[in-house]
Amino acid sequence: MKLFEIKNLKKSFNDVEVIRDISLSVEQGQVVAIIGPSGSGKSTLLRCATMLERIDSGEIIYLGEHAVKTDEDGKAVYASPNSLKKIQSYFGLVFQNFNLFPHYSVIKNIIDAPITVKKMDREEAYEIGRSLLRKMGLEDKENAYPYQLSGGQQQRVSIARALALNPKILFFDEPTSALDPELTGEILKVIRDLAKEHMTMVIVTHEMNFARDVADHIIFMDGGVIAEEGAPEEIMLNPKNERTKLFLGKFRE
Amino acid sequence: MNLSVLISELTSGMLVSVAIFTLTLLFSLPLGLLVAFGRMSKNWLIRWFFKIYISILRGTPLILQLMVVYFGPYFIFGIQMPRNYRFIAVIIGFVLNYAAYFAEIYRSGIESMPIGQYEAAKVLGYSKSQTFFKIILPQVIKRILPPVTNEAITLIKDTSLAFVISVQEMFTIARAFASAQASMIPFVVAGVFYYVFNFVVAYTMEWIEKKLNYYR
Repeated sequence: MKLFEIKNLKKSFNDVEVIRDISLSVEQGQVVAIIGPSGSGKSTLLRCATMLERIDSGEIIYLGEHAVKTDEDGKAVYASPNSLKKIQSYFGLVFQNFNLFPHYSVIKNIIDAPITVKKMDREEAYEIGRSLLRKMGLEDKENAYPYQLSGGQQQRVSIARALALNPKILFFDEPTSALDPELTGEILKVIRDLAKEHMTMVIVTHEMNFARDVADHIIFMDGGVIAEEGAPEEIMLNPKNERTKLFLGKFRE
Repeated sequence: MNLSVLISELTSGMLVSVAIFTLTLLFSLPLGLLVAFGRMSKNWLIRWFFKIYISILRGTPLILQLMVVYFGPYFIFGIQMPRNYRFIAVIIGFVLNYAAYFAEIYRSGIESMPIGQYEAAKVLGYSKSQTFFKIILPQVIKRILPPVTNEAITLIKDTSLAFVISVQEMFTIARAFASAQASMIPFVVAGVFYYVFNFVVAYTMEWIEKKLNYYR
């Protein structure tokens, strides 16, 4: 089943076309990695998908429900606030720089949205929060504040925060780019574990080895379009597109 | 000169000063937040209205604003105000003036918040008002505490401006004593009173700042 779909998405910033006509779809349980050079539009694509940026035209569909349609004039039309609110609950997003709430303890960061937004029972929220912390290996950090944690720990809290709302699909925007190399491993392990549990994920990343290992499908973006996509072995070992070859060549050196 | 009479008179004046201080903070802090919202409104008419409001209240002397609020109703509209309007006029004048300053402090605090906080809240499904009151405002308060302390300390000293419409606050009383007795002592005692008042306020604000230091 198609969990998430983008059709003919276009997005410009001040007349600069950042995304020119991208279509893609993500199946239930699939792990998609989006790679490509800086400025290729990967992060913008993710920000459009999670509705942090307004698109100019195209369609965004979650579980068959349209978040954005395009009218006859080719302009994007967003669904009603109520429908968007519902669609919003289908996905989670993990940011490059975590964006934890500094004034909330670790556990409150995780359980506040379930309680405030989903009106979840406090006891239940705490239970879910604690089990997620155990899963992230942070059970002893429940009452710590974000500034007391390492970058890797903060990113694990932010993953737990996203998971607490039980999303159907989880987006990662360069989740390891703000971390020291020795800390990226712990985040990649968490994502690997999630992949084993068949969590549907879309990951924008610069970690090529990780993308090859964890993803079922790799999308190579360049200049606002999908230059090439396919299975990891195909893209990584036998790229057909010149730009892909050039880009991957840099990583092999 | 009887020092105990002086001190007991100045103490009653001090209570009026404390009342002006407390009531001004009580009303101008929330009003300042509303003015800040107006100043940042997407509607240009509202935005400009509050821009001009702030500009006038910061651009003219508080002492003059107090006169306008006190005499305005009679001079402009011919309305005879009740006797106790003197004190009310002082509070209105101070609240309107300090709200303008607080509005700019709030605005600087709100605009200094990283956009990532709004984005994280949006993706987690918080509504706009939940985002503001649960995520943004608590962090803004921590950030603006030092400039708010500054304003609070200025306010204590500004309460003496109420003398201009003869409200019996501490400075008015000290001045009356000084001229009646041709003595500096009332001013010295009043100065000590103001200093102690300031010391208590500064100490309290420092304590609040420390309380909020549990996060960074």
